[in-house]
Amino acid sequence: MTLCKGKPEYIVALVGNPNVGKSTVFNALTGLRQHTGNWAGKTVTAASGNYSFAGQSYKAIDLPGIYSLEAISADEEAARQFLLSEDVDAVVVVADATALERNLSLVLQILTLKIPVVVCLNLLDEARKKRIKIDIDKLSEQLGVPVVGTNARKGRGLEQLKKKVAGVCTDGGTLEQDLQGPASDAKQRYALVEQICARCLVFGKKDYTNFDRRLDHFFMGKWTAVPIMLLLLALVFWITIAGANYPSSMLSVLFINLEAAAKPLLLDIGLPTALVSLLTEGLLRTLGWVIAVMLPPMAIFFPLFTLLEDSGYLPRVAFNLDNCFKRACACGKQSLTMCMGFGCNACGVIGCRIIQSPREKLIAMLTNSFVPCNGRFPTLIAIISMFCVTAFSGICRSLLAGLLLTALVVFAVLMTLIISKILSKTLLKGLPSSVTLELPPYRKPQIGTVVVRSLLDRTIFVLARAVKVAAPAGVLIWLLANISVGEGVSLLAVLTDFFSPLGRFLGLDGAILLAFILAFPANEIFLPLVIMNYLQLGGIVEIENLTTLRDLLVANGWTGLTALCTMVFCLLHFPCGTTVLTIKKETGSLKWALISIIIPLMTGCVVCAVINGVGRLII
Amino acid sequence: MGKAYLTLNKLPQGKCACVKTLFADEEVKRRLEDLGLVTGTKVEAVQKSRSGDPTAYYFRGTVIALRSEQARQILVEV
Repeated sequence: MTLCKGKPEYIVALVGNPNVGKSTVFNALTGLRQHTGNWAGKTVTAASGNYSFAGQSYKAIDLPGIYSLEAISADEEAARQFLLSEDVDAVVVVADATALERNLSLVLQILTLKIPVVVCLNLLDEARKKRIKIDIDKLSEQLGVPVVGTNARKGRGLEQLKKKVAGVCTDGGTLEQDLQGPASDAKQRYALVEQICARCLVFGKKDYTNFDRRLDHFFMGKWTAVPIMLLLLALVFWITIAGANYPSSMLSVLFINLEAAAKPLLLDIGLPTALVSLLTEGLLRTLGWVIAVMLPPMAIFFPLFTLLEDSGYLPRVAFNLDNCFKRACACGKQSLTMCMGFGCNACGVIGCRIIQSPREKLIAMLTNSFVPCNGRFPTLIAIISMFCVTAFSGICRSLLAGLLLTALVVFAVLMTLIISKILSKTLLKGLPSSVTLELPPYRKPQIGTVVVRSLLDRTIFVLARAVKVAAPAGVLIWLLANISVGEGVSLLAVLTDFFSPLGRFLGLDGAILLAFILAFPANEIFLPLVIMNYLQLGGIVEIENLTTLRDLLVANGWTGLTALCTMVFCLLHFPCGTTVLTIKKETGSLKWALISIIIPLMTGCVVCAVINGVGRLII
Repeated sequence: MGKAYLTLNKLPQGKCACVKTLFADEEVKRRLEDLGLVTGTKVEAVQKSRSGDPTAYYFRGTVIALRSEQARQILVEV
């Protein structure tokens, strides 16, 4: 079969407003798995993928969602530049059938570019539910370009779309109307849009948005907004904590067995004992701990978070918290990056791309590590369980633990707001930018797809991190614990003594402070490090029983105050290695990466010193 | 029974109005117009947040939340 005449590969750009399902169309065309979230700005870089139709190859480029070609934001500028300068063969404008008026504005602008256009009218199923009827043939006639109705989620209409795209690529498309004049002025453009809609659009139900509005009264209402947010947060935490328990123990046991099996095997090959110890007690054990501790909670948290995203609830959170953030001179969308930070601070930092203003983006990145990530939950929960809820048991206990964790998180959010405000007044001076936050319609998330895709993503992410970051850390720690510096005193002991004065000043002790520092690559190894130090062992170890652990800690001088200071410092120390690297990559600057370490560290030191000081006075 | 004019931020929840003029500076004005808030657009204040700021507005089939700083710069006719 010979290829059709024409180019070896046609380039097709996908543009459209945010929230129209453009990325779903892209995924359906190319078979790629780019995540689609139901709020503006989720597509952060232009993804590209290939598909073929009738023997011809096509390259699809998914441009960021934009409201207009008149460049105001960086995304719009990038999309405009791409369309004007690249050798684009066709543009597919993806429009939301339930919000045709606003979407047509962009279509009209694109039509002036003289590039062949196909309009993809997506979310037809939503329109049908709302009894919105669109005469597609009429619309096509009015616009002078092909219009294809699709339901990208279910995969309907895509073959037709490919066919029309192939058509305009080969015959160049036609432009029936001269839209140059009207398109450049918004008022005239919308007048034209209204004319077109009057001829093609019929609303079967006048009050089709009522259900959404009722949900909004509930989620954003005066008395209900904050309680619901706290409740959902507590619920997500509780499900994550309770659900991760069993899998974590299973993975733990698996790795213990792996280690037990590996040791004699390696010795048999003839490797020296020290090396075997390094590989098993250093490398393998740390790897195992990280995977056992990180994977289960992440595998539960991220799908839950994604479900909330896809349902459309998260922009409502940004709406509810916008006032707080405005007073901290930051952006309301920072609440969303904080939510992402609960899963993983590095992911939260990447998520800051949804914030347009560079100043506000930086504030969000620098404070993201105040919210505890999945790697820090187990530490916080363990300490809460050991020191705060010992009087209770059963369901009461896990509920109370969940509530206390929520309280800690609220504290972390308050600190985020305070530090954001301080940053706005000092390092990152500026005025709050104008915010237009779109509140998309509520949509039922595709539970099955989300859960499966999330699980796969997270598993790969955690495993990759464990290998890249935790394993080397394990080796380093083993070395510190097993290399002696005169009279059988290990390097670890020397360092512990060195950090002891500062540690005690902060309400901690040398071992705890050193553990925080050594846990820089991966927060989840903090507790094992503390245990290892107290037990004077040659490698990290975990203690199954919390009561035994509590006894060990108390025997080493822990009081309730120590527990409190440790939890606070856990929230307010410095970001983990992966996060710092991500900040460096996102900002392109070593300076900001270093500042991202210093700011939380200083905050943590000040707050802990104060708590310790006050605590000692009271007790 | 003349027409009442007020700034958008003063539009009570649940009430509709018609956009008369945008007083915002160039960049903000362009953004609002791109979203569909041009003279003559029908807009409804659908949800005020707890503190009154921001407020969610419904127009042209979509809901956009604006801070009072921007809403104050839009004159509407009830």
